[in-house]
Amino acid sequence: MAQAAIELIGINKSFGAVRANRDINLEIARGTIHGIVGENGAGKSTLMSILYGFYQADSGEIRVGGKPASIKTSNDAIALGIGMVHQHFMLVDNFTVLENIILGAESDALLKKSIAKARSELERLEREYGLEVDPDAIIEELPVGLQQRVEILKALYRGAEILILDEPTGVLTPAEADHLFRILKQLKEQGKTVVLITHKLREIMAITDNVSVMRQGTMVATRETKKTTVEELAELMVGRRVLLRVEKGEAEAGNVKLAVKNLTVKDSRGVTMVDDISFDIKAGEIVGIAGVAGNGQSELLEAISGIRRAVSGSVMLDGKPIDLTGAADPGELRDRGLAHVPEDRHHVGLVLAFEENENSILGYHHDPRYLKGPFLNIDAIMADAKDKIEKYDIRPGNPRLKTANFSGGNQQKIVLAREMEQDPGVLIVGQPTRGVDVGAIEFIHKRLIAMRDQGKAVLVVSVELDEIRSLSDRILVMFAGRIVGERGPEATEGELGLLMAGVERQEAAE
Amino acid sequence: MSTPYAKLPAWADYGLIPLINLSVAFIVAGFVVMLVGENPFRAAVILVEGAFGKGTGIAFTLFYATTFIFTGLSVAVAAHCGLFNIGTEGQAYIAGLGVAVVCLTFDTTLPWWLTFPLAIVAAAAVGALWALIPAYLQAKRGSHIVITTIMFNFIAASIMVFLLVGPLKPAGSQAPQTRNFLAGAELPKLNWIIELFGAKIRSAPLNVCFLLALVMAFLVWLLIWRTKLGYEMRTYGHSPKAARYAGISETRIIIIAMMISGALAGMMTLNPVMGDQHNVAIDFVSGAGFVGIAVALMGRLHPVGIVLAAILFGMLYQGGAELAFEMPAISRDMIVIIQGLVILFAGALEHMFRPYVQALFASFSPRSVGMEAVKGKGA
Repeated sequence: MAQAAIELIGINKSFGAVRANRDINLEIARGTIHGIVGENGAGKSTLMSILYGFYQADSGEIRVGGKPASIKTSNDAIALGIGMVHQHFMLVDNFTVLENIILGAESDALLKKSIAKARSELERLEREYGLEVDPDAIIEELPVGLQQRVEILKALYRGAEILILDEPTGVLTPAEADHLFRILKQLKEQGKTVVLITHKLREIMAITDNVSVMRQGTMVATRETKKTTVEELAELMVGRRVLLRVEKGEAEAGNVKLAVKNLTVKDSRGVTMVDDISFDIKAGEIVGIAGVAGNGQSELLEAISGIRRAVSGSVMLDGKPIDLTGAADPGELRDRGLAHVPEDRHHVGLVLAFEENENSILGYHHDPRYLKGPFLNIDAIMADAKDKIEKYDIRPGNPRLKTANFSGGNQQKIVLAREMEQDPGVLIVGQPTRGVDVGAIEFIHKRLIAMRDQGKAVLVVSVELDEIRSLSDRILVMFAGRIVGERGPEATEGELGLLMAGVERQEAAE
Repeated sequence: MSTPYAKLPAWADYGLIPLINLSVAFIVAGFVVMLVGENPFRAAVILVEGAFGKGTGIAFTLFYATTFIFTGLSVAVAAHCGLFNIGTEGQAYIAGLGVAVVCLTFDTTLPWWLTFPLAIVAAAAVGALWALIPAYLQAKRGSHIVITTIMFNFIAASIMVFLLVGPLKPAGSQAPQTRNFLAGAELPKLNWIIELFGAKIRSAPLNVCFLLALVMAFLVWLLIWRTKLGYEMRTYGHSPKAARYAGISETRIIIIAMMISGALAGMMTLNPVMGDQHNVAIDFVSGAGFVGIAVALMGRLHPVGIVLAAILFGMLYQGGAELAFEMPAISRDMIVIIQGLVILFAGALEHMFRPYVQALFASFSPRSVGMEAVKGKGA
């Protein structure tokens, strides 16, 4: 094996009582792509933050290039040749590419000289790694994939030999992701070391040389990618065997439950986010909406559920119109049998400061079952919460526990239990498994299919293409606020990917 | 990793940490006392003895506490709905108008136990209406409630000055206040309760409003944690987006919460006006509304905590007056400094010692902070 670029020896890090990293040992070989996988909260981000100087380890040693290193700030990390591309980009939106690249690394007191120097350096980097970007473009006018490229250039400009990427493909179309992987391979060929943090196992298999698995703050295994399988990695992550594909029978679609006609929605700045969309969902089918984040899916969900006012269009629920442009209120829609699992469970679907039982009635707190006159019927609420905890295997099974103390998967189960147990006719679900661990994904998918099999109309919006493909009976693809295509579940990833990227091709239509 | 700090057992959360904060406040205050050349231990003894040593002291402490319970509850109700009502001061002040009208009208004809309920309704109604305007502006126009309620404090003060030097002042009087109420608007004292325990009381203003305050504390607890309305207020207070999702009307909940807050602020008026001075005088609220903010924060917005914090501030008021009398080097302003330190450590620096306490607990027993159970078994 080549010389280690980074060695982590016995790293420990606690936050109060939480041990985010315990006795982590990790060796990353120079000139390789090393994947780190693990569920949410497994400690991946903490470990990388220690490496990048955001946090200090409580104990343990970091060696960079064989020499012990003390990394107290991100400047130390940069000086040691470590660069990081964050999940959420750290770019100034209204600066140009060049200005962003030199930000904090200006070589001269006068900007003009710095920019001139940066421009020639940038040209060299672009040539060497195939990272073409217009240096004078304004960041906010660039697509997400190119913004990410700017982040990578920023790290390289600062002399990064080791590049850490945190969940880099979350915001990318499949084609953009492929392009990113080609760039990473090129970087590797030039002798750079790449650390890829992700929860997408297929990416790990496609691109990495080695992969390390974390679970509950410990490093449970490191494998050579060639010698492992997706199934083995998933099992290592969760600690038990998991079913990666949901099994489901044929859909038996019935009557139209929800019909959306010519719906147009604008965001708070007045930009049209949903542009004249029409579709319908029948009883007993799951309709999936695929698309890269930010193409109007969020606004569509908010409008249908009554949270955001639509500009125009009509929606029929069970054949009766609902007034989404005016008075429609989420409470009223709920009474009419439309349940909504929102994308953002932390701020919308749940009140994190509430006890679990309080969240289990959110939105249904008018229901006489939970009330005694103006008072809450605490006994009934607790009994109901315990019932849901059991049915949905919510852990820990304590309805008095603060919701913030549940894991992402269990929080999502709290929302799903609440919405599904009301026996709605229509269920709309945004990002059903975002930030949810592998074990819970399996459970949530099974539940959604069970809803379908009971004859409910289910709308699923997700940026995870795999999820859309495995759940949906029909797939609608959204791009720039419009539905650009409808496909069956057998559609290939490439085909959907092209639609998601807005490439309208006649041959793709058939 | 999503929760960097662990949870503490309830007794540490609500008992130990406030106690530590309070102790530090008093230690720092002790240094201030040393700076002016007095003995801090003797000062502490005088303060506590002044507040709790004699029957009269206790009665005064509880009298002040009564006022602070009302204003503390007022701030807390709004805070549970995510609204920072800085207008408690003005809502209480203007409510004096309602009380004055009732008392001046009925004190010759009705007995106190008929005047009192009327005065409660009048005080609450005027306070609520005064809070309604900023609430409406917040809900419908997005005018920030902090700004508008501050402004309304000034408007309330100006109106009251105008009324008390004009229409409400008896002809020929030099003092900017109403005429003194007659027996029909004087509330009975509660001093006999303290005397039951063997203490002697010379003359102290503790009156039935103290009982009313305790009843309101219980009702606020009931409202916040046991009613649908309270549930909706808390939902909106924690997350307006979640409230929208749950079908809770923003306009309605803001207006209701602020009116309840204003009503509680208004009821504070009964204590000094009907229980003690028997008139409405200029500036009779004298900052109690602002103390209510500190009381609510220190009591962690819980009625039990608010009653305890109000008694603490009542003690600082009463004991502080004694201290200023006994130790000439310590003036009224020094007492304000001590109160400020209590507010600083209990309110503003509330989280300063928390991480250390948590680390301590974690090192003794991780289970006591509930972490293994939470993180370990997640699916």
